[in-house]
Amino acid sequence: MILGIDVGGTHTDSVLMQNRKIIRKSKVMTDKSDILKSVLLATQSVAEPADIKKLRRIVLSTTISTNAVAQNKLDPVGMIVMSGPGVSHQDLPLSDRTTFVSGYMNHRGMEAEEIDEDEINALKKQFADKGIEHIGVVGKFSTRSPIHELKVQTLLNGQAKHVTVGHQLSGALNFPRRISTAYLNEAIWSLHSDLVDQLSAYMQELGVNVPLYILKADGGTIDVEQSRNYPVQTILSGPAATIMGVLPFVSSDKDSVSIDVGGTTTDIALFADGAPLLEPKGVQIEEHKTLIRGLLTHSIALGGDSHVRVVDNRIVIGPERKGSAMGFDGPVPTPTDAMIFLGLADIGHKGKAAKAMESIATEMGQTPSEVARAIMDQACETIAAKVRSMIQEVNSKPVYTIHELLEGKKIAPQEIIVVGGPAPYLAKQVGELLSMPAIVPENSDVINASGAAMARTTVELNLMADTEERVLTIAEEGLQSKIPQNFKLDDLIAVGKERLEQIARVAGAQEADLEIEVADCQTFNVIRDSATTGKNFRVRLQIKPGLTKHVSQ
Amino acid sequence: MKKKTGLIFFPAFDYAISPTHPEREERLLYTQDQVNEEGLLDFDNIKEFKPDLATAEDIQRVHFCVPGIDEIVHASHLIAVGGTLTAADKVMQKEVDNAFALVRPCGHHSMRVVHGTRGFCTLNMEAIMVEYIRQKYGVKRIAIVDTDCHHGDGSQDIFWHDPNTLFISMHQDGRTLYPGSGFPDEMGGPNAFGTTINLPMPPGTCEEGFLYVLNDIVMPILNEFKPDLIINSAGQDNHYSDPITNMKFTAQGYAILNDTLKPDIAVLEGGYSIESALPYINTGIILAMAGMDYSQIREPDYDAEDQIQPAHITSYLKKLKEITFQQWNNREALRDQVYPKKAFHTRTNQIFYDTAGIREMQTETVRTCSDCGGAVTIDSRADTGRRGQIFAVQIPRYCCDACRTWAEEQFDSADKKKYSQIFLQDKDNDLYQEK
Repeated sequence: MILGIDVGGTHTDSVLMQNRKIIRKSKVMTDKSDILKSVLLATQSVAEPADIKKLRRIVLSTTISTNAVAQNKLDPVGMIVMSGPGVSHQDLPLSDRTTFVSGYMNHRGMEAEEIDEDEINALKKQFADKGIEHIGVVGKFSTRSPIHELKVQTLLNGQAKHVTVGHQLSGALNFPRRISTAYLNEAIWSLHSDLVDQLSAYMQELGVNVPLYILKADGGTIDVEQSRNYPVQTILSGPAATIMGVLPFVSSDKDSVSIDVGGTTTDIALFADGAPLLEPKGVQIEEHKTLIRGLLTHSIALGGDSHVRVVDNRIVIGPERKGSAMGFDGPVPTPTDAMIFLGLADIGHKGKAAKAMESIATEMGQTPSEVARAIMDQACETIAAKVRSMIQEVNSKPVYTIHELLEGKKIAPQEIIVVGGPAPYLAKQVGELLSMPAIVPENSDVINASGAAMARTTVELNLMADTEERVLTIAEEGLQSKIPQNFKLDDLIAVGKERLEQIARVAGAQEADLEIEVADCQTFNVIRDSATTGKNFRVRLQIKPGLTKHVSQ
Repeated sequence: MKKKTGLIFFPAFDYAISPTHPEREERLLYTQDQVNEEGLLDFDNIKEFKPDLATAEDIQRVHFCVPGIDEIVHASHLIAVGGTLTAADKVMQKEVDNAFALVRPCGHHSMRVVHGTRGFCTLNMEAIMVEYIRQKYGVKRIAIVDTDCHHGDGSQDIFWHDPNTLFISMHQDGRTLYPGSGFPDEMGGPNAFGTTINLPMPPGTCEEGFLYVLNDIVMPILNEFKPDLIINSAGQDNHYSDPITNMKFTAQGYAILNDTLKPDIAVLEGGYSIESALPYINTGIILAMAGMDYSQIREPDYDAEDQIQPAHITSYLKKLKEITFQQWNNREALRDQVYPKKAFHTRTNQIFYDTAGIREMQTETVRTCSDCGGAVTIDSRADTGRRGQIFAVQIPRYCCDACRTWAEEQFDSADKKKYSQIFLQDKDNDLYQEK
C-alpha cells in the first residue's frame, strides 16, 4: 500500500492506494501552525493501524515553501557573486542584495581571474556582524568549473547556518537563474528544515520504517532527509502533483493534453507519448526565474468561480474571483452558475444560479438561457484557444541542428484529460472545440495526493568531457577528474550512468525505477591552428518523471 | 533606452564545410554557451525566434544559381537565409524593434551568378533579405553597412547598379586580405554611382580607428542618404584574436559600433575566433541592440596597451576620410568622368571561387538610364565545362519601360546554342524564367 498526502494551504488531502487504485480518500483542514498534526490527521482518516503496518511508501506534496515565496516570508540571505565581465550587475537579479567579488571562469571552465581570499574573509566578518545565517555563493560558469564556489564555501566555513553553492542546484547554464535559485534555496532553507524535522517526528509517531518522500517541481520524488539541502526543488510541486495524478489516464503511445480547471485558474500541461513535458529553462515563481526543473504548465485566469460581468455589452469572465458561485451563496455570477442553470451540473442552488444569469441577461438584453450558453461557450473557447497556443508555442521552440529543424518531433495531442471541480461539466464541449476525445478521471478531487503517491524518484545529471584539457566535469556534483586523451562519448555516458544510479539511490529511487535516459548528447571538435586537438562531449542524463514501478500491492 | 530585440539563433551544429574548416560545427557553440550563461534570453525585451526556411522564389530574386538551386544549395543555407527573412518579418511587422540573425554559414561573398561556394559563402543572406523586404513590404531606400573584415564583394556585385541601396563596406585593406578588392575607387555602376562606398583600413586598426571611420565617415553619409532601413552585415573577424585576419577590434568596440549604427537588422557574417572573441562580441552586440548596458563586456585577455593606435594608422584613416568625402560630394561630376555618355557600359570581371575551386569570366552590360537602375545582361563562363556557360538578364526593381523592353529583347534573342542556360530575373513582377 502507498499513502499519498497533499498539504495545501486550506485542505490536506490523503489517499490510500493499492495497485494504482484509490482504496480510501479524505480531506481535512490544514492547521498551518502544526503541520505534523495535519499530516497525522490526514493519515489516520484513510489508514487504520493495520493498514499503516502494510505501507510500503509514503509520499507528501506540500505548498509550504511555495506559499512562503509567494508571501515573501523569507529569511535574509547574504549573496556572494563572482560575475566577471558580461551583463551589467544592475541587470542581474537581486543585485541590490548582492556583493560582487573578484574571480571568474570562462565558458570552458578555465580560470580567467583568481578569487581574492581577503575580500571573502572581510565579507565573512561583515555577515557575522549583521547576523546573516544564510549565504548563497554563485559564480559565472560554475557548472563548468566549481573551484571558485567551493573555495569560497570553504573560506566561509563555520560562519553560517547553511551555505548554498550555485553549481549543486542545477547543471544548466544560466547565471542569473543560478543566482535566483541559490537565493531561494537559502531563503527557505530553515523553513524546509523545520518541516523535515516535523516529518521525522511523524514517522516516529507512525512507528513504521518505510521510505518517506517529498514531491519536487518536476513531478519526481526525493527522500525527505535528502531534500534538506535542496528545499528549492520542492517549490511549485503543486501543479506537478496534479500532472502526476493525471498520468495514469494518459496514453503512452500518443500525445495528450491535460486541463486542470480550478476555482480561479485553469492549468494546461502537455504529454509526449505519455511523458509530461518539462519547462525548458526552469520554473518561475513570482518574479524569480529559477533553474529548478519543473513540469511545463500554462495557466489562464479562468475557473469555475471567475467573476462574470458585462463590459461594453460584452461578457467578460475573470480574471478575479470574488468568492464562490451565487449558486453557493457567493457574491457575483460565475461560470459555475451558468453550468447549474443549464442543468449541466446538479450542484448548489438552482434558483440562486438562475438569479445570477438573470442579472447578466438584463444587462445584455438577452434571455438567461442565451446568456448562460454564451458564458459556457466563451469559457470553453478561451480554454481551447489557450491549449492551441500552448501547442503552437512548444512546436515553435527554437532548435539548433538542421536535423531537428527539418525532422524534429512536433507535439500533436490526440486526447484530453480534464480534472478539477468543473471538469465534468465542460470537458465534452472543450473536447469538441479541439476535436479530441475528453476523459474525466474519477477521484479528481484528490488527484494531487494520488499523483504524489505514484511518482517515482527523478534525477538529472550534466556531464562534460574535454579531451584537449583532459578533464571530465560533473556539473551538479562539482566533480572534476582527469581523463585520457582517447576518452570517448560512450565512456562519458557510462561514467554518468554509474554516477546517476548512485545519486538516484541516495535520493531514494527504487531499483525498478532506475530507467536512465540520455536526454541530450553532443560531440564537438576542439581545433587549434587548423588541427583537431581534442573533443568536447556534452551529455545530459535523466530519470524522467513517471509512475513508480515499485510496490504494486 | 531598452528596445525589443529579436534573436534568430541557428548555430547549425550539424554543418561544416569540412571538419577543421573555420566554418565548422562548433563555430557558434561557445557563443551559445555564453548567451545561455548570461541569461540573455530571459530578459523580457529579448525574444528568440525559430528560423523559417527560405524558398526558391526568395533566392531567385537575387541569384542565378548554376545549374540550379538543388545542385549547389545545402539545407543549412536555406535555414541561414530563412533566419534572416524571419528577422526581417519580425522587424517589419513590428513584433520587435530590431533583430539579429545569428546564423551560419555566411553569405556576403556570394554574387549574382553562383557557380559554387566562394569565401565560405553560397547565398547572399543580406541581399536576399533586402529583395524580400522590398517585395513584401515595399521598402525602397535601404543601407547595408558591411562590418566584416573581408570586403563584401558579393553584396557589392549585387547592388552595383542599385541607386536605392547604399552599400558601405569597412574592411581590412584588400592588398593584404581575401578577396583583394574593395578600394575607394569602386563606387558603383553608371546608374548608381556613389552608392557603393569602400573603406579599406590598414592591418592593425584597433578600436579608436574603427570608431573614427564609423563616426566620421559612415554615420554622416548614412544621415545624408536617409535610408528607411539599416542592415549591419555583421562580421566579427576584425577582432584581435581572429585567426585569419590582422585587425585589432574588440568586443566592447563591436557593442559601441552597433549602439551607434543602430541597425534595424544585423546578420552574422564571418568571425572565426570561436572561443576568444565570438562569445563576447555576440553578447555585446545583443546587449547594444537591446539598448542595455554593455559597459561590462570585456574579453578575459583584453589588453588596453595593445589598443594604442600607431600614428601611421591615424594619418591613413584621416586621408581615407578626405578621399571618401571628396568622392561622395562630387559623385555626379565624377560619374561623367568614369562613365562617359554612352548608351551601354560593359565591364569584364574575373571571379574566383576559392572554396569550390572554380574560375569564372563575366561580361556584364548595363543600359545607361536616368529613370531606373538599368537593365543588365551577364555573359558568364565558368571553367566547369558546358554547364558553366550561361546568360542572365536582369530587370531591376522600379524598372522603366525602355529598360524592360530592351531586357526582354535580350532574353528572347539570346542564342540557346551558345549557352547551357538562359535566365530572366524580373524583380518588379517577381518572376524568374529559364530557357
